[in-house]
Amino acid sequence: MDFANVKEVTYRVRRFDPDKDRAPHWEEYRIPYAPGMTVLDGLWLVKELHAPTLAWRSSCRMGVCGSCGMLINGSPRLGCNTQICELETTTVAVGPLPNFNIIKDLVPDLMPMLETHRQLLPFIVRDDHEEMEKPSGEFWQSPEELEHYLQFSYCIKCGCCMAACPTCATDPVYSGPMPLAQAHRYNSDSRDNGFTHRRQVLEGERGPWRCHFAGECSRVCPKGVDPAKAIQLMKRELVADYFKLREQRCPARLAETPKGVARREGIPEAPAPTVR
Amino acid sequence: MIRDAKLWTWHVLAGLVIFVFLGLHMLIMHLDDVVNIASLNPAGGHPIDWANVVARGKMIFFPVTYTVLLGAALFHGLYGLKNILFELNLGDGVKRATTVVLALLGLGLFVYGTWAAFASLALARSL
Ligand code: SF4
Ligand code: SF4
Ligand code: FES
Repeated sequence: MDFANVKEVTYRVRRFDPDKDRAPHWEEYRIPYAPGMTVLDGLWLVKELHAPTLAWRSSCRMGVCGSCGMLINGSPRLGCNTQICELETTTVAVGPLPNFNIIKDLVPDLMPMLETHRQLLPFIVRDDHEEMEKPSGEFWQSPEELEHYLQFSYCIKCGCCMAACPTCATDPVYSGPMPLAQAHRYNSDSRDNGFTHRRQVLEGERGPWRCHFAGECSRVCPKGVDPAKAIQLMKRELVADYFKLREQRCPARLAETPKGVARREGIPEAPAPTVR
Repeated sequence: MIRDAKLWTWHVLAGLVIFVFLGLHMLIMHLDDVVNIASLNPAGGHPIDWANVVARGKMIFFPVTYTVLLGAALFHGLYGLKNILFELNLGDGVKRATTVVLALLGLGLFVYGTWAAFASLALARSL
């Protein structure tokens, strides 16, 4: 569709106010269109011109914070990362992400997802507690080791994958693509030693076993994380572990401070560490 | 309770067993023109000719492979069915009951099928 002459677009917005409404309903608004407008820009115009009480979550406006996941013309996407002209229609239907309870209008309750994420220990787990509490340096990691998890670390916790996942839609026990992919991200980090802790949860019903590998999560992920791939790799690792074939590794050691080298001229001192 | 990691692993391995054994079945019963294993169809002609069926029925190889295939197929199918049912958002009690019913059903069918396979061996040898 050619957007060159488009001056107005219609927003169909799913509204729900828990204090007033018994069920969500759709409302329509006409707003002026300008080239380059994102779906999020349009929502601000709807709020300004027609519906001051309209609620949604957003912050960075540049696809970084993960706040503005919403259902746009039937697909879970980031409002700030979706140009209206990409939709190839002048009607923009915006609803809250499916598979989450609605707090208000376009605001989904992400807490269950984040709670599962927390239970899967999304941080480096090591036995050297002293070093973890009072870091004395950096852990050694090669570029190849970085590649094992780099793609999965781009996740911004927007929840789009959870909204697209057919298993999440019916099975409340399934942990879902985001928490599972993030568990795998840490399991495959050479600095981490938390596999046995995460395994307690992953081996059971809440693990990756009900994933059908239909790949919807990866298709909608705005950051190219490919959670479906992480989940299949996680299955492989857990099966290898069951047969005692998982490669045992010692978590990365501290990198030695280079000796006998001087700072090149013109390179400023690093800022003071923020963690003491 | 056996954890999902183990059940899923055996589900996949059972799938492999089914693949191999069904492949064998296809070879023996349907692809005899392409790969003719003479010792399994000693009477010549079609694999389901009476003489061939009786000849194969007398070999211990068949009840053993049928039993393995039956076990693999029952486990693979019933575990798959359990997963489909569990995705319907069942309560904990219903889940437990479903697991027990499916396990008993699988066990029952396995025992019955094994008995039938070895009974057919005895029958064929008595002919
Ligand atoms: S994996 Fe992708 S879609 Fe899922 S929460 Fe992370 S960034 Fe969002
Ligand atoms: S691949 Fe797995 S996690 Fe991703 S949408 Fe499909 S079932 Fe859900
Ligand atoms: S507003 Fe931050 S990702 Fe859209």
